[in-house]
Amino acid sequence: MMRLRCSVFAVWILALASTPLWGDNYIVHLAITIAMYSTLAISWNFIGGFAGYPSFATSAFFGLGCYVGALTQRAGLPVSAAWLCATAGVGIFAGLFGLIILRLRGHYFAIASFGLVEVLRLVISSSDSLTGGGDGLNVPLFHGGPDFVARIFLAVMVGIMVIAFAVSILVDRSRLGFGLRCIEQNEDAADMVGIDTTRYKIVAFVLSAMFCGTVGGAYASWTGYIDPTDAFDAIMTIKTPVMCMLGGVGTVLGPVAGSASFLLLEEFFWSHFLAYNRAILGAVIVIIIFFLPGGLLGIADGKGPRASFRRSLGRWLKGGPVAVP
Amino acid sequence: MLYVQMLVNGIMLGALYACLAIGFSLVWGVLNVINMLHGSLLVLGGYLTYTAWHDYGVHPLIALFAVAFALFLLGYAIQRILINRVVDMPVLVTMTLTFALDLILYNFMIVYFTATPVRVTLNLGVIDAGGIFVPVDRLAGMVLALLLTGLLYVVLRRSRIGRAIVAVRMDRSAAMLMGIRVEHIYAITFGIGALMAGATGAVFAMVYPMTTDLDFTFLGKAFIVCIIGGLGSVQGALVGGLVLGLVESIAGQFLGPQYALTAGFALMLVLLVAMPTGLTGVKGFE
Repeated sequence: MMRLRCSVFAVWILALASTPLWGDNYIVHLAITIAMYSTLAISWNFIGGFAGYPSFATSAFFGLGCYVGALTQRAGLPVSAAWLCATAGVGIFAGLFGLIILRLRGHYFAIASFGLVEVLRLVISSSDSLTGGGDGLNVPLFHGGPDFVARIFLAVMVGIMVIAFAVSILVDRSRLGFGLRCIEQNEDAADMVGIDTTRYKIVAFVLSAMFCGTVGGAYASWTGYIDPTDAFDAIMTIKTPVMCMLGGVGTVLGPVAGSASFLLLEEFFWSHFLAYNRAILGAVIVIIIFFLPGGLLGIADGKGPRASFRRSLGRWLKGGPVAVP
Repeated sequence: MLYVQMLVNGIMLGALYACLAIGFSLVWGVLNVINMLHGSLLVLGGYLTYTAWHDYGVHPLIALFAVAFALFLLGYAIQRILINRVVDMPVLVTMTLTFALDLILYNFMIVYFTATPVRVTLNLGVIDAGGIFVPVDRLAGMVLALLLTGLLYVVLRRSRIGRAIVAVRMDRSAAMLMGIRVEHIYAITFGIGALMAGATGAVFAMVYPMTTDLDFTFLGKAFIVCIIGGLGSVQGALVGGLVLGLVESIAGQFLGPQYALTAGFALMLVLLVAMPTGLTGVKGFE
């Protein structure tokens, strides 16, 4: 099973990384976006999937990574050092913030993590002198033609995605992953049998933040310009968990499959139904929740999409609850 | 004088916030669902009232009641057909579902109402009470908001449906054993949440300019008020709303208007950690 997952992932990585060879710039751009969101989804899966904590802090970490990366780069650090700073800075921030809010559960945790996005956006937009406020911040651009730059960032984003995936496999197989699954099932029981729940949750939270920071830093260098509404995007913070749900929450391959299919769907709706793309996106999410409770991987594991769909539809028509994921 | 003016502004704003959050708080408290749709329902209420007033010449007060009733039906249907089926699932599922519904509603509002700011202009003038300025339309908005809040309180306290809602909130299984149809009560509760959102939206449209992009701002306010005041009770929403109104008014005066929002959110984060049940909270509901 593990070998199968890794080979599926390897094929997908090859497909993404080889886009400059067979696709135009639009395809390469799409591949970079897919790699970026895959990393965000894999990251979210550490806290939201393994540990079952409904975190909506993804854009907070992403945005913070953008700003740390941009500011250190403007201060004269080389690009790679700036990205490392973004990773470490966001990781430390998540550790400290996690100490405080990981005591909350369920809805309260969700609201606190959502609040973090808003607070950071507001703080960054109001501290004009450092961050340029609402006007945004320019980041030094890369030299050498759009094709070249696109290839570099494709390599970077895919690289980060591979590292995040590798860490996710390690966590999945380790004591940490086991402990997090216990917390997801029943936190009090996990605490009772001797799992250091606080430490496990904080580690998961930091892992879920770090790669968002790296991706944020890389994104800032890629676009060359960031502003608070773009960096701390409320839609992104909800899109990420939805991608994981589409793929399959708490599985290793789920976030990858989910983000890829979600972005391809979204791209299709953008290009074909411009005025109604959001509504269609919403409808897709509703359909996922009701008819694909286990995500796309749930179909692959089990009895085939039609049986699963028919079962859910039958339950739905009877008015009962649909399957619990 | 400045302080009194600040206080007056804060209280007028706070009453609106209380009314804004109360439906959200009720849905959260009774159904254990974070209703991401709430902000858009408010905007919908505001735009429908504006359309009724501007295009058909209906008096805004009459429009308010019609809109509130229409949104009640909408809310009842949404809960009965969709949310009831996933109401026992983890937070993530219900929150994402309501967010998806929000995307759909928002999209249709953008297409039909566009993003042009609208306002029901009543031109009622300004009262000058010894140097303290009170715009009459805001005062009327405050009174309306308080009346609506009071009405909901009476309904929850006195009517059969209200007692049933409170019973379900306290203990669902026991309520079920007493013969209360829980799915029906859930749908009624969500309907009341939508009704309050629509009515508040109508009041907002009379007092402030309304645009479709305000949906997330309203939702954020509802979050903050609920956390400050505590969940699922009228008193909690009232206290939370007034505190938020005062904090925003004071922070806006002393730190500058761009910090008014930040102050509210910061207060929310601190309270979340320090006392998650809110200022009026009841233990055991966290």
